[in-house]
Amino acid sequence: MAELLQHLVNGLVLGGTYALLGIGLTLIFGLMNVVNFAHGEFYTLGAYVAFAALAWAGVDFFVALLMAIAAGAALGWLCEVTLLRPLRGESIDTTMLVMIGVWIAMQNGELLVWGGVAKSIPHPFPTAPLVLGPVAIAPLRIFVLVLAAALIAASWLLIQKTKLGRAMRATFQDRDTAALMGVGIGRIHAATFAFGSGLAAAAGALLGPVFLVYPSMGDLASLKAFSVVILGGLGNLPGATLGGLLLGIVEELGAGYISSGYRDAVGFVIIILVLLFRPSGLFARQERIA
Amino acid sequence: MTRAGGWLLAAAALTLPLWLSSAYHLHVAIMAGIFGVLALSLNLLLGFAGQLSLGHAAFFGIGAYTSALLTLKGEWSFWPALAAAVALAGAAGWLVGRLSLKLRGAYFVLVTISFAGVISLVSVNWIELTNGPLGLPGVPAPELFGWSLRSKTAYYYLVLAGLALSYLVSARLVKSRIGRAFVALRENEPLAESVGVDVTHYLVLAAVVSAGMAGLGGSLYAHYTRFVSPEVFLFTYTVTMVVMVVAGGKGTLAGPLVGAVLFTVLPEALRAAASWQWQMLAYGVLLVLLVFFLPRGIVPALQALRRRGAS
Repeated sequence: MAELLQHLVNGLVLGGTYALLGIGLTLIFGLMNVVNFAHGEFYTLGAYVAFAALAWAGVDFFVALLMAIAAGAALGWLCEVTLLRPLRGESIDTTMLVMIGVWIAMQNGELLVWGGVAKSIPHPFPTAPLVLGPVAIAPLRIFVLVLAAALIAASWLLIQKTKLGRAMRATFQDRDTAALMGVGIGRIHAATFAFGSGLAAAAGALLGPVFLVYPSMGDLASLKAFSVVILGGLGNLPGATLGGLLLGIVEELGAGYISSGYRDAVGFVIIILVLLFRPSGLFARQERIA
Repeated sequence: MTRAGGWLLAAAALTLPLWLSSAYHLHVAIMAGIFGVLALSLNLLLGFAGQLSLGHAAFFGIGAYTSALLTLKGEWSFWPALAAAVALAGAAGWLVGRLSLKLRGAYFVLVTISFAGVISLVSVNWIELTNGPLGLPGVPAPELFGWSLRSKTAYYYLVLAGLALSYLVSARLVKSRIGRAFVALRENEPLAESVGVDVTHYLVLAAVVSAGMAGLGGSLYAHYTRFVSPEVFLFTYTVTMVVMVVAGGKGTLAGPLVGAVLFTVLPEALRAAASWQWQMLAYGVLLVLLVFFLPRGIVPALQALRRRGAS
């Protein structure tokens, strides 16, 4: 029982960041119809920005997180404006190929800049775990979980309560009508891509100190983000949140009770099974945003 | 391509070992041939049936492992092992095809990636069978009527034969009724279906032939490098195949061959000037540039130029 609880807590921490990754991707995929294979590279970018800010500049952890989000959002915006905007209206395969190109270029750029050796991010938290009854949890992990929850809540507020969010929802439901009603589709696309990339970078900055940072870390992050999107349904924000938590917990249980070597297979198997049996996602009655 | 040009190219390919003196150049030619098989294989799915497989390295790797394991542990000789590699990779293609026949576009891509991910994890973790990350060294060189094909020249001709076979299969297929059905599906699936093209049947068929061909490439690769490890499942191989097909011209027969030669020779030529990471970075940038400036690929662009010149 104690072991099960421990796995659940670890899975929750992991799942919170998966949810962040998934929310970013589900917005980009759902709203822009772009299969963003470079999503994981923004996660990697966030982790390296956090590394530079904490290890070199020695700034506060919050500041490092904000810097990572800003860097991810800025590069995401640039990516949308230079590469995706000219291709709007092209087939989904065309933009997918471009994003595969961006993925390869970004990953190898990171490899050139940072080298292939994994880095660990220094963090200001005590390493001794807090013991709460049967469960032991490192203070850093609590911090990661709380911040992930805060960012998810902020995203939800942005989509539901702001003017930008309403324009995003309108664009998702019916692009042409939204455009006729005066929504600037170009601006919404750029904002969505920047927002999603910022969330991915935040996930990287949060998970970076928990694990290690290395250039190809984004590959698995991308696949996990896709599993979350498929679990939750396209453009479905609560679905992505639940899907992320579920994936984190199932992975943790699989690694604990079956075999740690197959931990990362969980995401792949979820993709295959959900697409085969419930292609609109586990939680969706229909595809929708927010 | 004109008939004379085709014969000239074939003659050049057949006599290549005579005027390529160095073993290194021959090695590059062999690798270009193996990638030619792989590019032709991906082209059947991507270029003709219009489905992008980003898990193609899985079929390549299944072919490589099947052939290596059967010759090493089963003590089969090369030829039946090669046939088994093609068959097993084809069976994997059938499975993926059956599983994903309802999925299109991004969802098909994701299933192929996931399939390759699972297979790759199996190759790392099923240590009793695959020897895990250490791989399988000492894969034997093929023999033909008691003659060892160990020398680079002999192996070159073996690869050339495999390439010719893949090309002929592709050419026969796409010029037949089946190929027209593929193209019809790619261009307009509902319309094709409405005139009686059996979508499921043809997509699964495309996946089986394509995967079997990739298995052939895998077997040729395993017996050439004499070593197989989970690295055969690296995503880099899939990306290389995609770049070759897209750059050469998807949906043409000559395109994948042009792409394979170009993107085997070019990185080797640039090896002294640029490290592996720079080359991969350049691959990424190149893929983006291709989509923007040469979306149909080199061969269709050249054909268009020639048509304009002729008229």
